[in-house]
Amino acid sequence: MEKNVDIFLYGKKYSVPESLTIMGAMEYAGYRLVRGCGCRNGFCGACATIYRIKGKQELHACLACQTQVQEGMYIATLPFFPLVKQVYDINKIKPEQQIMMQLYPEIYACVGCNACTKACTQGLNVMQYIAYAQRGDFKKCAEESFDCVMCGVCSSRCPAGISHPQVALLARRLNGKYLEPKSEHLLERVKEIAEGGYDKLIEDIMNKPLDEIKELYNTREIEK
Amino acid sequence: MYTPEMLESIKKVEATRGERIGANLRRMTADEKDAVLKAFHPDYKESAFTTLKVGANKGEKVPLELEATLEGKSRILGKKINLDKIDYDVDVLVIGGGGAGSSAAIEANEGGANVMMVTKLRIGDANTMMAEGGIQAADKPNDSPAQHYLDAFGGGHFAAKPELLRKLVMDGPECIEWLNELGVEFDKAPDGTMITTHGGGTSRKRMHAAKDYSGAEIMRTLRDEVLNRGIPVVDFTSAIELIKDDEGKIAGAVLLNMETNEILIARAKTVIIATGGAGRMHYQGFPTSNHYGATADGLVLAYRAGAKLLYQDTLQYHPTGAAFPSQIFGALVTEKVRSLGAQLVNSEGEAFMNPLETRDVSASSIIRECTERGKGVKTSQGEGVWLDTPMIDIIGGEGTIEKRIPAMMRMFGKYGIDIRKQPILVYPTLHYQNGGIDITVDGMSCIPNLYVAGEAVGGIHGRNRLMGNSLLDVVVFGRNAGQHAAEKCKTVKLGKLTLKHVEEFEKEAAKAVPGERKISPILLPDYTRKDM
Repeated sequence: MEKNVDIFLYGKKYSVPESLTIMGAMEYAGYRLVRGCGCRNGFCGACATIYRIKGKQELHACLACQTQVQEGMYIATLPFFPLVKQVYDINKIKPEQQIMMQLYPEIYACVGCNACTKACTQGLNVMQYIAYAQRGDFKKCAEESFDCVMCGVCSSRCPAGISHPQVALLARRLNGKYLEPKSEHLLERVKEIAEGGYDKLIEDIMNKPLDEIKELYNTREIEK
Repeated sequence: MYTPEMLESIKKVEATRGERIGANLRRMTADEKDAVLKAFHPDYKESAFTTLKVGANKGEKVPLELEATLEGKSRILGKKINLDKIDYDVDVLVIGGGGAGSSAAIEANEGGANVMMVTKLRIGDANTMMAEGGIQAADKPNDSPAQHYLDAFGGGHFAAKPELLRKLVMDGPECIEWLNELGVEFDKAPDGTMITTHGGGTSRKRMHAAKDYSGAEIMRTLRDEVLNRGIPVVDFTSAIELIKDDEGKIAGAVLLNMETNEILIARAKTVIIATGGAGRMHYQGFPTSNHYGATADGLVLAYRAGAKLLYQDTLQYHPTGAAFPSQIFGALVTEKVRSLGAQLVNSEGEAFMNPLETRDVSASSIIRECTERGKGVKTSQGEGVWLDTPMIDIIGGEGTIEKRIPAMMRMFGKYGIDIRKQPILVYPTLHYQNGGIDITVDGMSCIPNLYVAGEAVGGIHGRNRLMGNSLLDVVVFGRNAGQHAAEKCKTVKLGKLTLKHVEEFEKEAAKAVPGERKISPILLPDYTRKDM
């Protein structure tokens, strides 16, 4: 028989098997989730959760689907957080420092408390990527923030009211569109296809009798 | 973290690692593949299937769980639905908030249509968000759309609808460019060359990626673009039936607020079903790599409205779901781990197959290793084989894992497993519905003005899908459906709204289906404890 631990869901005590994730424990306790549950695999950020171990001071943040329960966990989920998302036209803005001042001026009010970094459920250096955004270094901001799942816990802890995930997303789109080098082979291929350069090649294959297609497939050369 | 028995087996894996690196693992012959599929692939387990008794696919084979939902009872039975009280009136209604739905909405908006999205969770809570490995497109000099076609057609057992597959591969490069122009960050060399790898069954390295967050990077960008365009997204709202007009054209949907249970009516000149897959149906009791809402809703709605399904009897089991620890049981371990060089190794330390066979062949071979050959490693939930991840840094140089598959490193790292130093245990997990609603190349089903895109479509991939062709499919066919729906709605004149098709289906099903029928679509799985 597996050992149980006592946890507190919104303050109410439940005894649950110790191997479960927080999300699994909530379901074991009888919660049928609608909010606060998305991909269940650590990618969507729907299950942001805050907890404290009974008797300890430190506040922790995590994704409920990716975190195992512990004895004495006091758990509150954060299924929604009001992030500020500014609207812009990606084709009209430019990858210049000024755009951050226009859209997300509050990042310059960062007090350097580092609460965002401490709270990040992905272990990212959030304050550092905001610093890069302040400087207009979108490439570095994009790199540093890449694994962000936009759960919003960082913003819930920010005294300056910064919506860190949205700032990072803007930086990544600017980087992906404007700063990363263009892929010439891609542009070339798109042009060739549009000009009909591959129509005959593909029709030749499509029009072959099935046996010939099978033969072609089974004997095709595979790039090393 | 690993048990003493597992650690013993790891020693055997480590002992053979040196000689396995650089070894040329033979590919199976066509006959060998057929044999292992027939003997071990779950699609061939007859007892897990039944035949449909009503609807357009009457007499055809489907998984038991799918039959129960397709032929289930409508959620609107016994409810008073007032079709004269219209809550939303739009040109294009997109049902589903994943990659296909978002791509469709963006293009419909671009085409000048008044478009609205409804999604039962949030926009982005979708399988697209979880796609890790990458997206295929034939854009390298040694590659061509024709070569891509051949790989996908053969990998899908020559069953794909040729005109759909043609569209997939021919539009591929343009879709990569579209994504890149939206700001999606792809892995590139300093000169801009896309860094591409193999996937199972590819003959050219055409897998584009954004580390192992490929789908997340695409999804969050599409979502941001939807919001930038001011497209309304009605979240936590499911579609529970389609509405037609008195001429039989599609005319909207009955919606359900998931939190308040309020019923709402959306009238629309065209509807796009982009509801994704069905992993949460847990066919044959398999765990799944899918998101929480993958319950085949769109198939149920369309089937009741008279749409035809294609290849609804074939599912994809991803060969490498996490088999250990229990907390991540069934979670996806991206195929990219094998693209980067990790081999599949049994309990005795033997690499029992080439790791880049197609997914159905790989999954079947793993099941054979764990059953007939008795060379699996026992876990609390069953068995698994080793995926020898430390090979990746040996082959690609130290830091390769950290740079190329950080999500995998994080997922196992949370449970004390450093995948750079120790191999991981994997077993097939329910991953993708190969089948779905039958469409023509403009994205429309056989019901006038009902479009379908993404995993809810059947026939693009045939009877097995290659890695990286689904991310491509959601973008290609999502955009395609959005463009066509926006064009079509300009000429649509709606008649009187009706739900008669639901009543008629119910009458027929009540007669033909014996026993208790469940209410469907199920919308969300129920994981609450059952012994309370």
